[in-house]
Amino acid sequence: MKERLGVYICHCGGNISDYVDVEKVRAAVEHEQGVVIAKTTMFACSDTNQTDMVQDIHEHNLDGVIVASCSPKLHLTTFRNVTERGDLNKYTYVHANIREQASWAHSDDKLGATEKAIRLVKAAIAKSRYADPLFPNQFEAEKTIAVIGGGIAGMKAALSLAEKKSNVILIEKENRLGGHTAEWGSLFMTDEKGFELTTRIESDLRKYNNVTILTGAEVTDTKGSIGNFELKIRRRPQKEDDPMEIIELHVGSIVVATGYDHYLPKQGEYGFGTSEVVITLPEFKQLVDKSAGKSLDFNGKKINNIAYVYCVGSRQSEGENTYCSRFCCTSVIHTAIEAKKKFKGIQNIHLTRGIRTYGKQELLYAESLQMGDLYLQFDEHNLPEIRTEGKKTVVTVKDILSAEKEMEMEVDLVVLVTGMVPRADQSIGTMLKLPKGRDRFFNEIHMKLRPVETVIDGVTIAGTCQGPKNISESVNSALSAATKSFSYISKGTLETEPIIAEIDQNICSWCDKCSNACPFDAIEQIETGGRKVASVNPMVCKGCGMCAPVCPVDAINLIGYTSEEMMSMIDALA
Amino acid sequence: MSDSFKKNAKILVFSTEKISDPAIDMAGLLKLHYPPTVYTITVPCSSGIKPSWIMHAYEKGFDGVFIAADGTDCIFGESCTEKTGNIVAMTHEKMKEKEIDPARLRMAALCSVCSEAFVKQMRSFNDYLIKTIHSNNN
Repeated sequence: MKERLGVYICHCGGNISDYVDVEKVRAAVEHEQGVVIAKTTMFACSDTNQTDMVQDIHEHNLDGVIVASCSPKLHLTTFRNVTERGDLNKYTYVHANIREQASWAHSDDKLGATEKAIRLVKAAIAKSRYADPLFPNQFEAEKTIAVIGGGIAGMKAALSLAEKKSNVILIEKENRLGGHTAEWGSLFMTDEKGFELTTRIESDLRKYNNVTILTGAEVTDTKGSIGNFELKIRRRPQKEDDPMEIIELHVGSIVVATGYDHYLPKQGEYGFGTSEVVITLPEFKQLVDKSAGKSLDFNGKKINNIAYVYCVGSRQSEGENTYCSRFCCTSVIHTAIEAKKKFKGIQNIHLTRGIRTYGKQELLYAESLQMGDLYLQFDEHNLPEIRTEGKKTVVTVKDILSAEKEMEMEVDLVVLVTGMVPRADQSIGTMLKLPKGRDRFFNEIHMKLRPVETVIDGVTIAGTCQGPKNISESVNSALSAATKSFSYISKGTLETEPIIAEIDQNICSWCDKCSNACPFDAIEQIETGGRKVASVNPMVCKGCGMCAPVCPVDAINLIGYTSEEMMSMIDALA
Repeated sequence: MSDSFKKNAKILVFSTEKISDPAIDMAGLLKLHYPPTVYTITVPCSSGIKPSWIMHAYEKGFDGVFIAADGTDCIFGESCTEKTGNIVAMTHEKMKEKEIDPARLRMAALCSVCSEAFVKQMRSFNDYLIKTIHSNNN
């Protein structure tokens, strides 16, 4: 138990001390058991204070440090590092959040905020007394990185890793690289064709000796954890008479870039599948790209008037795809402009739910308006209707921009502006135990602060497997995921957080409840002294603690969150 | 002791580091006020909370315990919701044995940006506890 604690209470300029009487907090905790030094400081995170803290640790022979300041999201690492510079184990550091959870939350009640801050600091002191030195596990890591998915995100991630001189294995299920991007025609803003872009990247990739490209290859099994994953790959015959190939790979980290599926409208949805003139956005892009004459022809008929129905399969009020697919507004406007420029007599009528051509893509919307495209807007409760009258196709819509006036138009073609949905094949996610969000795409740890990391150490996500993105956004996320994956294993050795479950094998009598509760298969049965007991694999345990409450004999504690620590904090707060 | 400490119920919140902590922090950032007698203890995942900790809180004088569950957003997987629900059920059994009102334990999924939802939960829980416990004591 810690006996020489240093407590630092931050003014945060005035962010804390304007509402919390920090001197009162200091006075209230300075005589707490084990507290040797209690100070207030204007900015705990300042270089000067950090230097003072290191000096205090040495001068007062402190064995634990507590800083009461802002959210640990901002400065936990800062103060752990200070502790380390003072030659203490960084995991003995304890943080108290008295800004977001006291001064700001209770700025309407200064006395209340001060009393709360006192208890929060006392709870941190209580925890600190039990905070044992912890040591990250160190082990050797394989320096090869697997990129699963050879679309634009996977290719760019692989290229970025190759440039970093990392060994890369790019695994693609299809027989060619490029993913959906290779299927698109010309792309905003450069008008470069999709396949031209992917061919260029593929050619760059093939220049690197440290890149292995496996097309026609599927991951069928995964084992291991960060630094040492084992992947089993089944590769289809590359030439006639070749056998099916089974390849086993050893990699240190994995970038998952498995992409998306196009939303496929249901039979009859806006006439899809029942009317010959109703097609999806990807089909329309192909049509415009492949048509070469002066007019745009479809099924032998000249196309003049085209209605685009937006948000099909996205932003559903009654479906499961409540999200915006991000790329489709830009993609359809770009293709509509292209059609108008390429073919005579095209009139574009956009039936939208509000245009989302954000950022530079707004230029495209402006161009479309200048070219005379018509924009009508419907809401989710009054969807456009498409009906066939003899040989005519008629679209009706209540335009909310014209006081919900009902507009009726005869068109030659209806384009359903379909968005993105998660891959129907989720086998990679299942094998790697990647969590999914409410949108059913793979989930990152934190949308803003850790946007490409997953809870599975060593596995990053890139591109649209994480959620709808346009090509630029996919590439951004791919480069980020590649860098993160590289940083995991670039040293050749790895450290894992020591916050893992710990089993008291003296009282465990193996009932398998903990093993069943563990979502990561980190607990196994072992024999010790002739008894069957549970054992935690520290390389696999993620520190969720799900095993602890189910143990009937309370033999399991999560390091850093032991019952002793938690109850002492509750005592201090009560 | 300040007036607010006398008037309000004492609530212990178990919050998760990655999901609900950011929401509670953001409530502070946005100055969305709730009673200062609400205290948060951070855990990695709501399905790792031991019923004995909750019971200990009641023994030590907390009026209510609130589990800010990760729900389907849990970074450790989809089973979190069910497992946290099981913890609540196990604790309810223990509360019945001690004749503690089961409504003194609440659970709700809180996403990382659910600051307003958190504040609403705290206010309504506080109101309930004041009505049921504080009025009985008076």
